[in-house]
Amino acid sequence: MTEGDRAVELINITKTFPGVVANDDVNLSVGLAEIHAVVGENGAGKSTLMKILYGMQQPDSGDIRVRGEMTKLHTPKDAIAHGIGMVHQHFMLADNLTILENIILGSEPKKGVQIDSAFARARIKELGEQYGMPLDPDAKVEMLTIGERQRVEIMKVLYRGATILILDEPTAVLVPQEVDELFASLKELQAEGVTIIFISHKLDEVLAISDGITVMRGGKTVASTTPQDVNAQELAELMVGSELPTPETTASTVTDVVELSINGLSALHSDGRHAIEDVSFKIHRGEIVGIAGVEGNGQSELVDTIMGIREAVSGTVALHGSDISELPTKERRTSGIGIIPEDRHRQGLLLDSPLWENAMLGHQSVAPFANGLLVDRTAARELTEKVIERFDVRTPSADTHAVALSGGNQQKLIAGKEIFLEPGVLIAAHPTRGIDVGAQAAIWDELRDARKAGLAVLLISADLEELIGLSDRLLVIFDGKIVAELDPGEVTPKSLGSHMTGVSMEESA
Amino acid sequence: MIKRIGLSLIAPAIAVAFAVGVASLALVLVDVNPFYAFGLMWDFATTSTSVASIINRAIPLYVSAIAVALGFKMGLFNIGVEGQYLVAALFAAWIGAQFTIWGPLHTLIIILIAAGVGAAWAGIAGYLKITRGVNEVVSTIMLNFIGFSVIGFVLGQIIIGGDSLIQSTPLLPESAMIPGLNWIFTLLGFSEPRGTELQGFLIIAIILGIAYRFLVWKTRFGFELRASGMNPTAARMSGVNPKRMVLYTMLLSGGAAGLVGLSTMLGKLGAFTQDFPRMYGFTGIAVALLGRNNAVGMALGALLFGFMDRSALILDLNDIPKEIVQIIQGVIVLAVVIAYEIVNRWLQNREVKAASDATKSFSEQAEEVAA
Repeated sequence: MTEGDRAVELINITKTFPGVVANDDVNLSVGLAEIHAVVGENGAGKSTLMKILYGMQQPDSGDIRVRGEMTKLHTPKDAIAHGIGMVHQHFMLADNLTILENIILGSEPKKGVQIDSAFARARIKELGEQYGMPLDPDAKVEMLTIGERQRVEIMKVLYRGATILILDEPTAVLVPQEVDELFASLKELQAEGVTIIFISHKLDEVLAISDGITVMRGGKTVASTTPQDVNAQELAELMVGSELPTPETTASTVTDVVELSINGLSALHSDGRHAIEDVSFKIHRGEIVGIAGVEGNGQSELVDTIMGIREAVSGTVALHGSDISELPTKERRTSGIGIIPEDRHRQGLLLDSPLWENAMLGHQSVAPFANGLLVDRTAARELTEKVIERFDVRTPSADTHAVALSGGNQQKLIAGKEIFLEPGVLIAAHPTRGIDVGAQAAIWDELRDARKAGLAVLLISADLEELIGLSDRLLVIFDGKIVAELDPGEVTPKSLGSHMTGVSMEESA
Repeated sequence: MIKRIGLSLIAPAIAVAFAVGVASLALVLVDVNPFYAFGLMWDFATTSTSVASIINRAIPLYVSAIAVALGFKMGLFNIGVEGQYLVAALFAAWIGAQFTIWGPLHTLIIILIAAGVGAAWAGIAGYLKITRGVNEVVSTIMLNFIGFSVIGFVLGQIIIGGDSLIQSTPLLPESAMIPGLNWIFTLLGFSEPRGTELQGFLIIAIILGIAYRFLVWKTRFGFELRASGMNPTAARMSGVNPKRMVLYTMLLSGGAAGLVGLSTMLGKLGAFTQDFPRMYGFTGIAVALLGRNNAVGMALGALLFGFMDRSALILDLNDIPKEIVQIIQGVIVLAVVIAYEIVNRWLQNREVKAASDATKSFSEQAEEVAA
């Protein structure tokens, strides 16, 4: 390792929080103009390490070298002064300001007392051309897609002169095409000499884009490798310290009994366009039906319509053979539809409430949670403790607030309580999104066991491996319509992809 | 449990201490020894008469705070308690004076009328929100002004009662009034308050506080109310009908608001007058903030405000600017909001740590098993 060509070196970094060693003698070395991935389960210490590099936290011991030079980073300002910038997972943009205003916010170029917009505009244009990220400086941020917003965030950091970029799970919020665009941009940045460090859970992406990989586990660096020397399986093994679970359904448990029957269901967007159109399918006892599709093709609306949150303009939903199309959401839930919502923070949790109240959410009007008009706290706690026990939710107690748990454990609680209460039908929307491999494997196992016990599952996912591995049947949704039914045993990610993008429709038509 | 109560007292204690500090500074600036001023306040406020007066003042503030807190719990800001209680008190006094029946029943009917009118007045805002999407802050403020005008119109044009100087509803018959509670002082061995009667509505306020706590924390409705306030989309997904929830909450909040003016009306004035006490609705917002929507916390907050209002009198008599009390009140509310945020973050960090410890100990166990 020659010192000159290193962009960042973190040497023997240790950081303890009261009672927890977040980083234990961690080493990270990133070459100039390298794309370097930092992977690890939730709680492995990646975020702490990145915060140290960005000056948000101070290490207890250890050295930081930036471009070979020993450095102390006390605040993010110090980091920026050293050309280190960070793009957070959740964007911090003001929606009603323009791209230009967002980029210069906090470091406005001044001409006297006025903001020098002309200078800023020229600089943004110049940077856009240099790095192949053209942006319209006068567009309002509220009009942008997620991918474009991310580009604005990256531009914000570049504008401040960063040549070392830290990206915190940049692909978690993107749809597949946007991931490709992001990677193309990153390659361009790299060609211009920018060093990129990114945190990720998605191993195939890591292998596809990075030059170097550092694996963290339990606060330690367990491996430092390159994509040439390792495959996804080995990488996952390094992360969890065991074999990567393969989501493969065993012998079919599908029966003839129809649990959920959707017939000609249509619903509209607020602007009158079809959100879903004439959707029909059946799910049997012991069957997992997967819905594949590029996000935004009606998956969320389909779930909302089945749950009675969005009004159907035509069609019926029948549960165990009885029509529930006219029932309000609560009665649909109590008559036997469980749901793992796609966005656990927005739709599935009361973050500032104890776990037992979170377990109750969606079941507050039925036993054991309800006792007449009252809440049965004792029974609710007992049930929650059983869920915690059975689904290995790692928490001090059932009284811990949901916000204190990691994403994986929050999701295990949500999935766990829905499965535990034995609904006839479970809608699982992105059940393992954004959680660590260990929790993912646990949830996959539970879904498989529940299926064996007779649960009918509607699985909506963007993770093709999950869809193909778990589903008995695959339906492809495109532009609000079901365009294909596939056998997961015969489908390849490639053939599925053409259905999902609507290419095959034109061929078959 | 005791530890938890202790923790929940940290924030208000810090806030009160901070406010006293700021007030001391202000006192020093006007050349008054803070210890002397606070000593005067304390000595004056601990007489039986003052205690009765403080509680009397705290009762409507507490009821008002409960009304506000009901809205807060589901993320609704009912800023119209002021208008709701005045309109409710007017109609309750007016209708209540039209007949005479057996005492407790008469009182009960007046209470129900007041709650009904308050609920209806707030219900307008709830209805507008769910049918037209009108923000409740805007509509309740507007309804305050409409309410004041309605009161002026009814008192001036429709009911011609009272004496020529102060417009008023007809005096309520004795049967409607709630007897005072000064006997409690004698029972406990204290001297009886002079010139002040501890208002019997205190008992109803306490019942209301218990009912509030029970409703919010022990019932399904309360859970759905809190869930809607914390995370509307999750509540929706769990089957809560958000529109119905908004309407019910506004009705409940308005119903509680309707009772704010009754302690004074049924314990002292016996009528709704042009100079009926005002501002309880707005001060109740501060008390709800101070007590963090907690039934006991709000009671303490209301008593604190009552204490300060009362002790302002003695400052005035000793040529100390009584505005010092308003400074304390204002600073406390601001400081408590900040202190709660800080303490909450601290508690949350502790919990996150505990949760990650739990994860850690699990993985250590797993490693041991594997080894």
